[in-house]
Amino acid sequence: MSLVYCGVCSHAPGITSRAEMADPALRDPFYAALENQRQEIMATKPDALMIVAAEHFANFFMNNMPAYAVGMGESYTGPIEDPDWLKVPLRTAKGNPDLGRRLVAEMLETVDVAYAEEWQFDHGISVPLHFLDPNNELTIIPVNINCQGPPLTPLHRAWTFGEAIRRAADSVPERIALVCTGGISHWPATPDSGKINEAWDREFITRWEANDRAAMLSYTDAETYRDAGQGGFEIRTFITAAAAGGGKGDVQFFAPIPIFAVGCTVGRIEIA
Amino acid sequence: MSLYQLSKVLYVLNRDDAAKRLWQAEPASLLEGYDLTDEERTALLEHDIGLLYVLGVNGQILMHFAALCGIAWADYIRLMREGVEKYGPVRAGLYAMTTQFNERVAGV
Ligand SMILES: [Fe+2]
Repeated sequence: MSLVYCGVCSHAPGITSRAEMADPALRDPFYAALENQRQEIMATKPDALMIVAAEHFANFFMNNMPAYAVGMGESYTGPIEDPDWLKVPLRTAKGNPDLGRRLVAEMLETVDVAYAEEWQFDHGISVPLHFLDPNNELTIIPVNINCQGPPLTPLHRAWTFGEAIRRAADSVPERIALVCTGGISHWPATPDSGKINEAWDREFITRWEANDRAAMLSYTDAETYRDAGQGGFEIRTFITAAAAGGGKGDVQFFAPIPIFAVGCTVGRIEIA
Repeated sequence: MSLYQLSKVLYVLNRDDAAKRLWQAEPASLLEGYDLTDEERTALLEHDIGLLYVLGVNGQILMHFAALCGIAWADYIRLMREGVEKYGPVRAGLYAMTTQFNERVAGV
């Protein structure tokens, strides 16, 4: 039928694995914002949830790295991380190969996406699903943007990819919800873990909420790396969401939570 | 140096249960199929997180390797810092350290 929901959220593994180390005064409002996002998604009665993540070598590696990939599997398991370490129980999520195939076919009109009938979820998808689909009810279409192994896709292609997702979602009879996950500035999995450039994040959020395409695409990767860390490359997922939704953004929650290693973010974008 | 091969071991270990079982039982035999330097092989077999970090292993797969080795989060952070102190700055990749040796960014 169409795109019925478009949003963004963080996916850092610390959000679940280091939950008890966080200040509850920061953590609990973040969890509440994710619960609110879950309710907003469920209220749109989606037939499938497309979740665009920037995965971390769970499926894609430098032997054959796609810039963009879309899942067409029957089912997906995850997390690949030790569930006791991530503190997210192992699940098998439902896929929909037929829907995936139709979405991919439409996207290919403008973006050369890879497809995958096998896909294991890592924290990039498993952490968001833990909050947004706790009972494992939804049909999932996983999507990936390479934000880990350079050369990375240019930001303007992430925008074009978002437009392709929108066109694909609007071309199928199913109701599609879209959540794009990633960090804004962060330096994850390094000794710098917990470093967050809050001013940079707030500037990015201003550009994202205004859905200011030119301003969002004006960052060079060298600037992002310097100011927002290697985790900042994941702004690609936010840009994809902005292009797919097309309207103004609303960041419903943002707070740096250093032990989670990221400025924790929940937002939605108007479908225009 | 063969950072690609070194990283590939950790990528496989990260996602493949059979590789994990082999690693627990006979770690050296898992490494046989990879073109590694002695330094890289030793770093893996000795769980030398600091050296693996300095060699340029992407933090995402290194983090999971540390978890597989049973290393707690605070120790993982400390071991990377000690690696930089012992072996010098990160030699390759995107995951260089930008903070100070004694800086506990997130309190750990
Ligand atoms: Fe990430």
